[in-house]
Amino acid sequence: MIRTEELLLNVGPQHPSTHGVFRIVVKLDGEVITEATPVMGYLHRGTEKLAEQLNYTQIIPYTDRMDYVSAMTNNYVLVHAVETMMGLEVPERAEFMRLIVMELQRVASHLVWWGTYLLDIGAMSPFLYAFRDRETIINLFNELCGARLTYNYMRVGGVKWDAPPGWIDKVSEFIPYMEGKLREYDKLVSGNEIFLARIKGIGKYDAATAIDYGLSGANLRCTGVDWDLRKAEPYSLYSRFEFDVPLGQNGDCYDRYRIRLEEISQSLRILKQAIAQFPSGGETMGKVPRAIRPPAGEVYTRIESPRGEIGCHIVSKGKAEPYRLKFRRPSFVNLQILPKLLIGETMTNLITILGGVDIVVGEVDC
Amino acid sequence: MGAWLNGPMTWGNAVVIFLWGAVFLMIVLGFVTYAIYFERKVIGWMQFRQGPNRVGPLGLLQTVADIFKLLIKEDTIPRKADRLLFMLAPVLAYVPAFSVLAVIPYTQKLYFADLNVGLLYYVALSGISTLAIVLGGWASNNKYALLGGMRSAAQMISYEVPLVISVVGVILLSGSLNLRDIVEAQSGGWFWNWNFLPQIIGFAVFIIAAVSELNRTPFDLPEAESELVAGYHVEYSGFRFAFFMLTEYVYVYAIAALTTVLFLGGWQAPAPFLEFVPGILWFLLKFVFVVFFLFWIRATFPRIRVDQLMGLGWKVLLPVSLLNVFLTAVYIELFIKG
Amino acid sequence: MSEEEKKEPQESGTAEAGEQAKQKTAEAEADPEKAAKLKAAAEARAARAAAKAAAEAAEAAEASAPPAPSPKQPELDAAAALIRREVADEALEEVYINELNGHMPTIIVKNDYWRSIAELLKIENDLTYLRNVSGVDYETHLEVVYHLVSLQSGRELTVKVKADREKPEVSSATPVWATANWNEREIYDLLGIVFTGHPDLRRIMMPDDWVGHPLRKDYEPLDSEV
Repeated sequence: MIRTEELLLNVGPQHPSTHGVFRIVVKLDGEVITEATPVMGYLHRGTEKLAEQLNYTQIIPYTDRMDYVSAMTNNYVLVHAVETMMGLEVPERAEFMRLIVMELQRVASHLVWWGTYLLDIGAMSPFLYAFRDRETIINLFNELCGARLTYNYMRVGGVKWDAPPGWIDKVSEFIPYMEGKLREYDKLVSGNEIFLARIKGIGKYDAATAIDYGLSGANLRCTGVDWDLRKAEPYSLYSRFEFDVPLGQNGDCYDRYRIRLEEISQSLRILKQAIAQFPSGGETMGKVPRAIRPPAGEVYTRIESPRGEIGCHIVSKGKAEPYRLKFRRPSFVNLQILPKLLIGETMTNLITILGGVDIVVGEVDC
Repeated sequence: MGAWLNGPMTWGNAVVIFLWGAVFLMIVLGFVTYAIYFERKVIGWMQFRQGPNRVGPLGLLQTVADIFKLLIKEDTIPRKADRLLFMLAPVLAYVPAFSVLAVIPYTQKLYFADLNVGLLYYVALSGISTLAIVLGGWASNNKYALLGGMRSAAQMISYEVPLVISVVGVILLSGSLNLRDIVEAQSGGWFWNWNFLPQIIGFAVFIIAAVSELNRTPFDLPEAESELVAGYHVEYSGFRFAFFMLTEYVYVYAIAALTTVLFLGGWQAPAPFLEFVPGILWFLLKFVFVVFFLFWIRATFPRIRVDQLMGLGWKVLLPVSLLNVFLTAVYIELFIKG
Repeated sequence: MSEEEKKEPQESGTAEAGEQAKQKTAEAEADPEKAAKLKAAAEARAARAAAKAAAEAAEAAEASAPPAPSPKQPELDAAAALIRREVADEALEEVYINELNGHMPTIIVKNDYWRSIAELLKIENDLTYLRNVSGVDYETHLEVVYHLVSLQSGRELTVKVKADREKPEVSSATPVWATANWNEREIYDLLGIVFTGHPDLRRIMMPDDWVGHPLRKDYEPLDSEV
């Protein structure tokens, strides 16, 4: 008697391609996925609960560990929220430093994504090239604040450390180097027939679905919706700089790939302008009261992290600790579309689609 | 060697032939060891890093250490697995790999067997390894191994067809299945007499199909299963796993040698004024270049999806290789015979 | 550390300070130089207190003057009017501008009308993008906060729905904005608010057999000694 059964397969939590501790339970009919259920929480560390007992400066290291690939933007969303609540003014030099590190972080995060995405698809070498270039950025950060991955760099009212002498010159040397490398990577990968066949037309969705699912970042812009918080709701000094927001048209993995690569070159463009306008002197910390006590009330601020919109909702009762601190994490929200996209796909495409969403599990679980 | 084989089969002769075989086995094993080492080194250099450099001077003993590790591991056989078939599969995979090396000629005088159907012998035996893979997948009593084995078998069978048909053009041009005659037919002094130029379509198809036969990137879906566990050798560990890996690298040797013989002129020099260099050196140089090319592709390309792979094999390579045969036949009819 | 424990050190601190002051005056009587210094310090303190009182008085004077109307007030009024007209007059509990948050229009709605208000806001008011759903545990009640934005015009709105502590229930917004799905599951998991009408309400972060809702203020952790 021959009968066909549906196969229940666990992808993860230990798996080379799930980018962290994350599990997808798939029901397979042969090679085709009929249902996919993500299971998360393996990396849930209770950051929001812990934050209720720590004062704002103490929470900053915790933010580093949420989206550990892009820690500077996490730092920023928290201090920006507190500064908005308290109406604090940040000195110009500090704001420039913040912008420069955030854009460098964006380049580094997209390089990690690029390398690991190609590794999942099967090409071994771009991973090493991406990480070699990321090393330069990480070394810059190391010089600046002493840490390679979790920086704890920003403070309410400014930044902790000023740029060491020669640091800004090193950043400006990095920019043309990286631009040249981007052209190389484009030639190596983006025209490769095998790669294009793997990526084009996979994981398509349209703009209405994207908006309904609250997607942000490249996942939203690949459908053609022009929504980049750096332009739509400008924060920090972004309104002073000229840059384009790359948009896609088809909403497939290839568009997301192209957008992220283009975002790297736009970040380099912003960095060039920022370094040209960098103030020669200035304070790194503004006038901040010794005890940081935002007035009672609530605030929700959001910035554009490399993964999308990261937001920080603080409810304060006037004390030094927040009454409730919630982070709106882009990877968590972006991941919701995965079960819908996977129905009818094969297992191989699962990896391609999951990589294209660009999640960091530390952020999914918080 | 021809003398030994053609002479009377006395006990002494048999022992000598057997010893030659054993010596050759040692050479092949040495090749495998250092092919693995050089693969890791070359890919490392292409990725801006050094490959293994700790174990032994310049890391030369790395593979030795790896094989030693595999040998001293516990020999596990899953309880519900079919013991006999489980133990037979690696052996069945390896024996044809080594046997096909018998027909490869290295120089005019240096060869092991001079079969008049050498090419056919090669093709026929290499098909047995596919059987061994399915056997390994089945005998493991593991759903994923079975799926991986089936997929791998489908891939290998699909690509054997274009592989064989692409060499038919060479056979037509050389008029013989004997590998030594094929190399002789490429003599003419210059490198453009070698078959890779007149048979350029066949050469391209052969290279693609060969990489797929070897289960190497970009066709390494059965092996690098980051999507669906480890394929047909998931339940194999220790020495049996080493056998499968050994099979793969011996096939690399076989395919590289076959490419050199069929398309790159075997032991012929590329130009008449370079003929003072012994033929074996030319053979080795071309052989090493083909092996390096395989490593190079591995470092560069991503993996093809399984359905695209099958589509490529049946819908593209097969018609192209048939076209090649047709064109070669027409050419021979028009320009050589008439 | 709960809030009660934190209050105690503060109170004992003031008690200690009082005792220290008494000690100092005792010492001062013995030493005339120190007495002079203490007097100067006391005068300085008095001056600071006076200045502070004056500042507070000025602030009070300022506050009593009517504040300038917020730039987002017309948006808020338009939204409130729309809801009152289309849904129900008593659907809105409170309507205000959150000045701290860049003058974000905020409305508090009643749970019975939340579903219809949600559909109205999405379709009529073009608030198609639900950017964040948060749950907050005020000790008297629980609250769910929805942050909405319109991608076309950039208009924002914050909607709050209150829920009872004993039996917290809020209509789910998932049928209206698909992104609310996992956000509401997270709030259910960590705060215990049941979202009626949610297609798949189960725990998302904690293991499926966890007892309790960790983000609640009265949650007893399993390892409370830590």
